[in-house]
Amino acid sequence: MCLGIPVRIVELNRDTAIGEVGGVQREISVMMTPDAKVGDYVIVHAGFAIQIVDQEEAKENLRILEQMARAVDEKREKVRRRKNARG
Amino acid sequence: MESSSGSGASPKLVHSLLERVNRIVDELCRDREGINLMEVCGTHTMAISGFGIRQAVDKRLKLLSGPGCPVCVTTQEEIDGAIGLAENPDITLVTFGDMMRVPGSRCSLEQEKAKGADVRVIYSAMDALDFADAENGRQFVFLGIGFETTAPTVAAAVLAAQHRGIENLSVLPMFKLIPPALEKIVSSKRVNISGFILPGHVSTIIGTRKYQFLVEKYRMPSCITGFEASDIVQGIYMLLKQMKEGPEVAIQYRRIVRPEGNPEARHIMETVFEPVDAAWRGIGMMPGSGLGFREDFGLFDAHKRFEFKPRKPRKTGCRCGEVMLGLITPPECKLFGKICTPEMPVGPCMVSSEGACAAYYKYERRND
Repeated sequence: MCLGIPVRIVELNRDTAIGEVGGVQREISVMMTPDAKVGDYVIVHAGFAIQIVDQEEAKENLRILEQMARAVDEKREKVRRRKNARG
Repeated sequence: MESSSGSGASPKLVHSLLERVNRIVDELCRDREGINLMEVCGTHTMAISGFGIRQAVDKRLKLLSGPGCPVCVTTQEEIDGAIGLAENPDITLVTFGDMMRVPGSRCSLEQEKAKGADVRVIYSAMDALDFADAENGRQFVFLGIGFETTAPTVAAAVLAAQHRGIENLSVLPMFKLIPPALEKIVSSKRVNISGFILPGHVSTIIGTRKYQFLVEKYRMPSCITGFEASDIVQGIYMLLKQMKEGPEVAIQYRRIVRPEGNPEARHIMETVFEPVDAAWRGIGMMPGSGLGFREDFGLFDAHKRFEFKPRKPRKTGCRCGEVMLGLITPPECKLFGKICTPEMPVGPCMVSSEGACAAYYKYERRND
């Protein structure tokens, strides 16, 4: 029920907008996201945009995850080398 | 990466994260038996089951489902009340789809519809306005089910109905609020919880402030989390880190959730509704855990417009209440997968596409 779907705004008309997802368009209300602009992605719940997706935050988080993954790889490599040295 | 709202994380990143999670679990379990984390969102329930996250993490880390599915926490009395309205030939019931198959004491809305009741399923509360407008000699009642994510959308529809002068539409408010339920679970101490995976879209509306008591009063690690595999594993990682370093209300789902939430949505919700005491299935009455109409909007309150006859709840042996508190897992209920299946559900957790029993049935049922 709380399944929010990311929808791209293709047309804006005051409190309503045309949102597009996977090539399908439908009218959504943007009264809860007054700052939404054409081209923004918004999370839509039960016909209402409830928040604008922050693309910068999305990129920043991906950067953090990649950094973590590198650290995990390095640790794994260290453990492997230690084992090899012992064995 | 898709340019929409996805996390963009590859499966390889998820694996690295899992490795890190399992390493911390190992570290934390040196001086404790196990770790229980609870999610309180039906979409998390489905995602954790669907992605196989429960099986991918160290066995000492248990992921429990809390009362996060709106249909599941709706009481038998409330469902019976709604079904009772459908029996009135002068009323059209308008509802989100997931209420249709929930069993009442005698039957479900789907069965009432099959017998001729006028029950219509809609996607947005706004759709109800057009129905009511088109047939103004008829009474339309919208079933107001949901948490803080849905309540503002229904409030917006009520404001629009008022603006358009639509008088033959009312709402049966059965909304529930998440923070009071969390407090009940933490304070009851029936389940030993080490942290909460907080709901992504409820928090989109309410932000972090309403969860502060979890940290201040209960020192409980808390993390607002998104819905992709990488989001959930990262949320778990952040909770485990808090167990080591100290609790806070963290946000993993930063691309959507702002600390202040969505003030516009809250304003709409608070214009029409106010907190009221509400009963939850399996938990009981909790002060301030539901939403009712403010006095100015009393005309839209279906409770005031129609008469409700209480019906004696049917005893079924269903243990949805215990499932929702994390006291048992679905397979521990004797009805699970035998008498109670998605085709013939006995309890709401099996009916709802987001219920814990439905998730276990679909993704985690052993074929033995």
